[in-house]
Amino acid sequence: MTVSRESFYGPLDDVSGDAGYTEHPERVGFFTDTSVCIGCKACEVACKEWNLLPDDGFDLLGMSFDNTGELSANSWRHVAFIEQPAPLRESAAAREADAVDLGLPSFDLPGAGTGEETRTDFRWLMSSDVCKHCTHAGCLDVCPTGALFRTEFGTVVVQDDICNGCGYCVSGCPYGVIDRREGDGRAWKCTMCYDRLSDGMEPACAKACPTDSIQFGPLDELRERARQRVATLHERGVTEARLYGEDPNDGVGGDGAFFLLLDEPEVYGLPPDPVVPTRDAGSMWARAGVAAAAFAAAAVSVFFGRSSR
Amino acid sequence: MGSNMAEAHPVGFQWVMEAKARGARVLHIDPRFTRTSALADKHVPLRAGSDIAFLGGVINHILSNDLDFREYVQAYTNAPFLVSEEFADTEDLDGLFSGYDPETGTYDTSTWQYENGLPEHSAEGDRHREQSAGEQHGSGGPKLESGTGIATDETLRHPRCVFQILKRHFSRYTPEMVERICGVSREDFLDVCRAWTSASGREHTAALVYSVGWTQHSMGAQYIRAGAIIQLLLGNIGRPGGGVLALRGHASIQGSTDIPTLYNLLPGYLPMPDARHAGKQDYVESIRGTHQKGYWHNADDYIVSLLKEYWGEAATAENDYCFGHLPRIDGDHGTYRTVMDMIDGKVFGYFLLGQNPAVGSAHGRLQRLGMANLDWLVVRDLTMIESAEFWRNAPEIETGEIAAERCRTEVFFFPAASHVEKEGTFTQTQRMLQWRDRAVEPRGDQRSELWFIYHLGRLLQRKVAGSTDDRDRPLQDLAWDYRTEGDGEFPEPSADDVLRRINGADLTTGELLDSYLQLRSDGTTAAGCWIYSGVYAGGVNRARNRTARTEQDETALEWGWAWPANRRVLYNRASADPQGRPWSERKKLVWWDAGRGEWTGHDVPDFPKNTPPGFEPEYGEAGPGALAGDDPFIMQADGKAWLFAPSGVVDGPLPTHYEPHESPMPNLLYGQQGSPARKVYARGDNPSNPAPPESGGEVFPFVFTAARLTEHHTAGGMSRQLAYLSELQPALFVEVSPQLAAERGLANLDWAHVVTSRAAVDARVMVTERMRPLRLDGRVVHQVWMPYHWGPSGKVDGDIVNDLLGVVLDPNTLIQESKVATCDIRPGRRPRGRELLEYLAEYRRRAGVTVETGTHVMTADTTASETAAPETTEPETTGRDTTAAPDTTDREEDA
Repeated sequence: MTVSRESFYGPLDDVSGDAGYTEHPERVGFFTDTSVCIGCKACEVACKEWNLLPDDGFDLLGMSFDNTGELSANSWRHVAFIEQPAPLRESAAAREADAVDLGLPSFDLPGAGTGEETRTDFRWLMSSDVCKHCTHAGCLDVCPTGALFRTEFGTVVVQDDICNGCGYCVSGCPYGVIDRREGDGRAWKCTMCYDRLSDGMEPACAKACPTDSIQFGPLDELRERARQRVATLHERGVTEARLYGEDPNDGVGGDGAFFLLLDEPEVYGLPPDPVVPTRDAGSMWARAGVAAAAFAAAAVSVFFGRSSR
Repeated sequence: MGSNMAEAHPVGFQWVMEAKARGARVLHIDPRFTRTSALADKHVPLRAGSDIAFLGGVINHILSNDLDFREYVQAYTNAPFLVSEEFADTEDLDGLFSGYDPETGTYDTSTWQYENGLPEHSAEGDRHREQSAGEQHGSGGPKLESGTGIATDETLRHPRCVFQILKRHFSRYTPEMVERICGVSREDFLDVCRAWTSASGREHTAALVYSVGWTQHSMGAQYIRAGAIIQLLLGNIGRPGGGVLALRGHASIQGSTDIPTLYNLLPGYLPMPDARHAGKQDYVESIRGTHQKGYWHNADDYIVSLLKEYWGEAATAENDYCFGHLPRIDGDHGTYRTVMDMIDGKVFGYFLLGQNPAVGSAHGRLQRLGMANLDWLVVRDLTMIESAEFWRNAPEIETGEIAAERCRTEVFFFPAASHVEKEGTFTQTQRMLQWRDRAVEPRGDQRSELWFIYHLGRLLQRKVAGSTDDRDRPLQDLAWDYRTEGDGEFPEPSADDVLRRINGADLTTGELLDSYLQLRSDGTTAAGCWIYSGVYAGGVNRARNRTARTEQDETALEWGWAWPANRRVLYNRASADPQGRPWSERKKLVWWDAGRGEWTGHDVPDFPKNTPPGFEPEYGEAGPGALAGDDPFIMQADGKAWLFAPSGVVDGPLPTHYEPHESPMPNLLYGQQGSPARKVYARGDNPSNPAPPESGGEVFPFVFTAARLTEHHTAGGMSRQLAYLSELQPALFVEVSPQLAAERGLANLDWAHVVTSRAAVDARVMVTERMRPLRLDGRVVHQVWMPYHWGPSGKVDGDIVNDLLGVVLDPNTLIQESKVATCDIRPGRRPRGRELLEYLAEYRRRAGVTVETGTHVMTADTTASETAAPETTEPETTGRDTTAAPDTTDREEDA
């Protein structure tokens, strides 16, 4: 196995091959199209049922309909709910009227109305988050025990019988996904239902999703489908639609689980520009090598220098 | 409208998303911004309980701008039919129709008849309401004496034709009125009108979806009538992509009205016999007119086949096919009447199968007090629900109204098998039967309902085997001989055999029937539910058809089986023009094949197969043969869709906006405030909050509405026991707008309590922009919303939201008005124990609530001056019922 610079950063065509699989199936992933998510949380429940996860406690969080809060050792899918003013679009009346009535300036005392007079459109965004199964997975790169490994499907999985709970992976994940379980200590996260994949089945969350917001399949196909979906939405005036995590040139070499979002990633609690912390590992090794060589050269030159005296 | 489909029917909602992906525009009109609104193209908030004003506005918009699909309306609806000269509209009577009796608060509908259809004497509005007669037309229209020879004006100009009556009736439902009553801006309203009317005509259709947000009102049936009128005016019934889709409240609720768990219905929407019916002939004549059109004319075939299925060999022509064995009803035996009778000591035993009324029914307190006053109660459920444990954990324990050591009710709990542990069918919204196989064996003592009822019947039959009492004959004669599987004393009955018996057989050959057209009234056929005949056609269990949609056309006739006759779109004759040609290539479904002389198409034609489009019946003909070639509505007595209902709807021939029973608003359209025919119960234990013209309403200034969350199942019996669901919505909360929160000092996540004259309920506050204050007629009205899934049992508990509601019913269906009431909301937790009772009493004092509040239903200013007498109930000491037979459709667990 050769370790190229691409093993740490940048686009990587054959992620499983790079991990040492000579023959392997296509890389698979999730495309989560949040524009059709209805926030039913069937993905969360299906995931817990299949993977026998513990519940996360019965706490009302007061964050819209989100009582899961975040991805954690016990919740491998998390549906975010964001209530916000919608971007202003042309109203129906405005579409029909050609002339624009500028009207007369008027004054209202602050607080005189109920608010509904000035109210713009309102929207409620929902999005099911999950482990990104990065092309360059920080968690995997820093795992000292080999508990985290790259599967033949190109996904990233923790082996619970090897993990020693050191927690390096927790700080190694640029998305804050992987987490240690309280009272257990080991690290847990989405496996993309590795056991189901091995039996030719799709992951439980994708299977349960009633509106196909969560789509599972070969990553290349999903990326193509996602680009078409964005184009369709743009044609329909949903110009804020954009993909997140699909770009192989991003800080993690592209995600195995990417998203169609309707606002900036921060709005959904996603980092805008994630970078694998081991990005510079390759060049660091190279520099370390140069430095070591220089030291060695210096050391050698000391001896030779001495003998030449 | 009236539906939160994405949350309450998430699996079905995938098809809405599919339609949206194909370019359909999705509009959501609902009091609050829900997960459905989030996915719709547009959300229009309106005040809970004002839907008919909105829909009336749409009807007025269509008629004033000539936007109806005129060819369809002229040919397929009763728009051209003339109505009796005696008919007087709400326009003339300040919100009442002619025939109103202020004494009983009911209508004599005889003046609503067509001009020369023979008059049907219906001077018994009171009886019709008591028996929720409107509900007895679930698979077709009510009776008319004659379906032919009705006077018409094809030009639709005659002042007494239905079209003109409709135009006059809705003329005051202007955009301005919609704005003042519903709080919907003119721009939003007209946008909805434009979108709806553009999805009409030969090339386009629109589908209307409603759920219990429409049914659970004191005029719920009229909400649906209003929606149906719009869809008919736009030509959207019987056509692909059209229709009025009633999303049912639970799995197989459609099934439980088809084969009913209702006191006033027999299978297939045959009405339950009445104490007045002398015999079968008398009964049949009360269902259908001698000269009426269509398939209800064959009611005799359906009832005799049912009697043969019930009593087999014992049912003979000589004994009227055991018609006398059927129970007779003589009044209101609905679920709420039964509960009040329980409190009054008139009922001593009660069965609860898959119901949790202590939490799920309106006025939960009334339900619990009723159940606490029985001799015995049988509960069959998956877990120990509140209705099985009320004697030890009801809120009334704390107030001292129920004490475990004194509660006389003996509760028998039987663990039930879940849907994956038994086989059988579900019948869903689209009238489709789908067979389920048993996936796992039930554990321990868990058993199917089929097992329980079968063996209960068997043991009862054994108990009365030697009896000579006439009363026991129906049980002794019962053909209770279903096939069983396995051995031992209590084998499992075969669901497959039950389905065969529902399908029916020819008794002379023993062959299974292929269709309800084969049913006979001479005792040679038997069928347990005539509309289900054909589910076992050709000896094949068609409910078990599972051809993938990718392997058939989009009508998907090979998936499951839909009644009647596997037709997927009802009244689909209307998908073709009067000449029998598809309205357009794009919207083609069923058409006339002149070459073969029959109707054909993608769907099973819902019409007599060989009746050509131009056919005209002779005057006075009856039954299916009397259907003209352009009579698509084959279950209606005149073959047409009814814009105006000359009979069958007990609270008016046309929908009319009345305010809800409890409302902060006066009726801006008429002097008549609320529905004049709504069913009210004047009882001390069922108080109402005041509504105009009564004073005191300001004590309960906010509009209250309640509904479901995706994460929980109705009364919580199937979700509060499960950690994975409980953690997703762990606590009861109340949604308020930021403005109301500021007004009442409510903070997000803090405690608050909601108060009505019945109860006070604690909840955590959720302040959200999704709740929006409405400006109504110059004032601001706030709405308050709560989910209703919590109770004292389970992994997550909470107060019971349904305790806030009182009992006031739609007279057609006896469904409670649980989607709208008035309330107050205060920061902090409610008082507990006896202090709670004092707190509520103080609220009632301040609002001036007495037992009479809300019960004087007539407020219109007409010549009649007396007000309607409410039903007052004095405790009676005689006539205890042996058991209650509660109805268990949507009204249960949906309140």
